[in-house]
Amino acid sequence: MRLIAETPPPPAGVLLAKLHSINAAHGYLPEPELRAAADELGVPLSQLYSAASFYASFSFQPRGRHTIQVCLGTACYIRGGDRLLEKLASLLGVEPGDTTEDRAFTLETAYCFGSCSMAPVIRIDGEPYGRLRADQLPRILKNYRQKGAGDGEEGA
Amino acid sequence: MKVRTRTDLDTLRAEGLSALYPSRARIAVGMATCGLATGAASVYQALRDEAEAQGLELDLVATGCLGYCQQEPLVDVRLPGQDRIVYARVTPHRARELIAALVRGKLPMEGALAVIPQEDAPPDRTRPTDLPLLPELPFYARQQKVILRNSGLIDPLRLEEYIARGGYQGLARALLTLSPQAVVDEVIASGLRGRGGGGFPTGRKWQICRDADGTPKYIVCNGDEGDPGAYMDRTVLESDPYSVIEGMVIGGYAIGAPEGYLYVRDEYPLAVERVTEAVTRAGEMGLLGGDILGSGFGFSLQIVRGAGAFVCGEETALLASIEGGLGEPRPKPPYPATSGLWGQPTVINNVKTWGSVSAILARGADWYAGIGVEGNTGTVVFSLVGKVANTGLVEVPLGLTLQEMIEGIGGGGLDGKAVKGVQTGGPSGGCLPARLFQLPIDYETLTEAGSIMGSGGMVVMDEETCMVDVARYFLTFTMDESCGKCTPCREGTRAMHDILTRIIEGKGTEVDLDLLEEIAVWVKTSSLCGLGQTAPNPVLTTLRYFRDEYTAHVAEGHCPAGVCRALIELRILPELCTGCGLCLRECPAGAITGEKKEPHVIDPQLCTRCRLCYDVCPVDAIEIVR
Repeated sequence: MRLIAETPPPPAGVLLAKLHSINAAHGYLPEPELRAAADELGVPLSQLYSAASFYASFSFQPRGRHTIQVCLGTACYIRGGDRLLEKLASLLGVEPGDTTEDRAFTLETAYCFGSCSMAPVIRIDGEPYGRLRADQLPRILKNYRQKGAGDGEEGA
Repeated sequence: MKVRTRTDLDTLRAEGLSALYPSRARIAVGMATCGLATGAASVYQALRDEAEAQGLELDLVATGCLGYCQQEPLVDVRLPGQDRIVYARVTPHRARELIAALVRGKLPMEGALAVIPQEDAPPDRTRPTDLPLLPELPFYARQQKVILRNSGLIDPLRLEEYIARGGYQGLARALLTLSPQAVVDEVIASGLRGRGGGGFPTGRKWQICRDADGTPKYIVCNGDEGDPGAYMDRTVLESDPYSVIEGMVIGGYAIGAPEGYLYVRDEYPLAVERVTEAVTRAGEMGLLGGDILGSGFGFSLQIVRGAGAFVCGEETALLASIEGGLGEPRPKPPYPATSGLWGQPTVINNVKTWGSVSAILARGADWYAGIGVEGNTGTVVFSLVGKVANTGLVEVPLGLTLQEMIEGIGGGGLDGKAVKGVQTGGPSGGCLPARLFQLPIDYETLTEAGSIMGSGGMVVMDEETCMVDVARYFLTFTMDESCGKCTPCREGTRAMHDILTRIIEGKGTEVDLDLLEEIAVWVKTSSLCGLGQTAPNPVLTTLRYFRDEYTAHVAEGHCPAGVCRALIELRILPELCTGCGLCLRECPAGAITGEKKEPHVIDPQLCTRCRLCYDVCPVDAIEIVR
């Protein structure tokens, strides 16, 4: 008991920082990495899993090469963000939350990037596109498709 | 160099002034997230490349946000001895023209929005044009910048520029001339109240923490701005991070805390990047760390990046998240001021509160208390967004009316449409109708009206916004974000969401409205933390102020705003349709057919009523049949 009571708490923010770095490196949290991290931090795997599943920033599924986030914050919603989402889902042939078969794109929604004055906004790989109209989407996707194909060839 | 004395601050101030007012042209591009979302990065690049190609020597800097987001990308140009001229909606093409004009030695007037008068202007300054002054534009006329005092005017990471505009004077005054108790007294005298939304008197919170037993004590900055439709904190962190850092050091000195944590929302990568850099830089300069300004007081600051959980904006959940666990709230009391981080006395304040503290200590409590109205002193920052003509970040003295805000500063509805109401305080707040726009903006009045001040989201709704749909939107949000720890919030938000869904699908009845109200009151009174206690506000206020819209849905199967999909149909008016084919290309459902240059037709069986065609039609030939 004494020993437990005297064990210092883990330094602040370390657990989240670890999850962030794994998620950034792989695009999601692969199980072997989570196990290794639990050992390294000296916390049970269940604690890591519990945190990872609590927060929206982490994913347990592998992702596409590009992540499209459609903002559904209040300002984006009332200025048509949901329609951008519908159009993207139709263009990509996936439901929100899913990845295209060729693994080029993962389509997801987000609550507010804080770019409300530019509503509606989407973000692709972190890059924001504001004051967006649905008819601009095909060209934007095409740019990333070309980029994505290039990346794939380099990787192979 | 390390800043050890006031003289060192003066040296940096001189350096900062020559950076702000150099002897050659200085071009500043607003590169906070809102600028970047509209192409500021390519404008910056065009300016740099063209200046290089033309051999023009200049200082090109990336600043934060001037607040007038509607006009982004914003670029301002200063020639030696002159005021800064702000250009609006700059494109890369226009950026290159600007450089060409500078080479010819003359600033173009095309696209120029206004002149930023230099506050500490040298006497030789000449006014280059008859453009309006920025503070004279309707968007700025009622504004008073305290928290946003440097936003868009300085390079956010350049400490010297922050100091040149009065930065670190407050800290120097506190550490070198005031006792810790005197600093608390100063904040109490200023009348500052927590800008995160609760409005608790900041000085009183500090006093409680200062008097509490237990060491160490902690300082925390809540930068987990999760309220959708609000971006004040993001802007402050991206545009003027030192103002927040300085405020936190002052707070640490006042309550006797050697350590602080700055918690930043994960969805704000640029803010995380900038505060991280600013903390490093402040440490290098001796403005964080041991023995700051030779006072003997030391303070260290750590950044914690959130991970996408709205509930972490609630202070006890945020503290739990810093400690490394789940970001779940706990009951209060005890309040963090007596038992916070690791059970130690902790002062937790919002980004804007800390940004206000540094200004108050620099300019004095009397100055601050003279702004606003009694009991509601100082300024508050709103993100004015939604269906309003001028979107942007607005800082006003408390006590301004909603009318002055939305019609005066915001310029009224978008595209001339009638404004119906405004949502303040995000998912925790309420929708107030246009007939209440004479109300002053202060903590008590907004609460009485059923909304809250909140941290500053202000989303304007017009005649094409369905208030039932808006209520459902907020409940979808709170249902998703409810952490699930307490039953009233977890189950209650879901129950309200289901009823609202029924109503917008045209399957609701009058009984549903009573049930909705009953559940809302129950969730409000019995939830564990602020998230659940305020989640019903959008429902209760829309029921209170827009009941006719609910009734139209349940009694007549009619959505007056033309939004709810089950209750509308879309039709192309053949006499207006030019057969351009745009709607046909854009329809995600493939429901539109027609020959080129012939009127098109929507197949109601295939149409999902998403209204994309209505959005894109260049001749307004799409009719929403309500």
